[in-house]
Amino acid sequence: MTLRKYLVLAGVTVFAAAGDSMLSHGMKQTGSISLHHLQGVIFAVLNPWVAVGIVLLLAFFAAYMNALSWADLTYVLPATSLGYVLLALVARFVLQEQVSPLRWLGIALISGGVGFVAGGPALTSHPHPENVEANEVVVGSGVDR
Amino acid sequence: MKSLYTWSGILVIVLASVVGDVLLARAMKQVGDVHDVWRRSGFWTVIARTLGNPNFFLGVTAMAVAFFSLLFSLSWGDVSLVAPAAASLTFIGNAFAAKIFLHEKVDRRRWIAAMLVAAGVALLAG
Repeated sequence: MTLRKYLVLAGVTVFAAAGDSMLSHGMKQTGSISLHHLQGVIFAVLNPWVAVGIVLLLAFFAAYMNALSWADLTYVLPATSLGYVLLALVARFVLQEQVSPLRWLGIALISGGVGFVAGGPALTSHPHPENVEANEVVVGSGVDR
Repeated sequence: MKSLYTWSGILVIVLASVVGDVLLARAMKQVGDVHDVWRRSGFWTVIARTLGNPNFFLGVTAMAVAFFSLLFSLSWGDVSLVAPAAASLTFIGNAFAAKIFLHEKVDRRRWIAAMLVAAGVALLAG
């Protein structure tokens, strides 16, 4: 694990949490959208909070795909759940909201789970057959030289 | 009857999310380590390989199905049930699916982590 990989995982966490909260803030301003008034979606996208939220969620998706290219799914997923912890901490210490004891317990459980996974290896899956072939080709060309 | 609808909705969300996550994970393993591909062949190769991967396309489709099932389920059931139930069951489902379909070594450490995170998410989102 290099610093760059930790930054990618941090991006997964932060972009998801920030994107979700901006979307939720924006959607509360635009009001509810029903199936019968789907044009409401267009107005929702014009809301700056919603627009920034969508951009952040695209950034999350890029970071998530990046992480999945070098780590197991079961390694990356706990990182996505750290976003919930981040949101609760922001609610408590930035927005000065009350966080119930049950939620603190949830934070503790998620943090514990992430700690468990982070202590192990990032990649355990066998290389895909295509990659194995690619490696053999590389090895073969090395022998030729 | 209403709770049957709600739980069927939750089941569809979980299935679609797990299928989506597994397909996306498989697609990115086929693309290869993004940093290496980028350094060797450039940024646009990464984009072209990812977007041209059939598993990526199917994975995004499954994620879209999960998203719209969530929207529909929210109109049948309470947010406080649907959102945490779907999110935490997806964690458990993904651990099983990653072991079976992606051949990841889901050892005791990762099982405990999946359980802890699933319980924590259920508490936080509820």
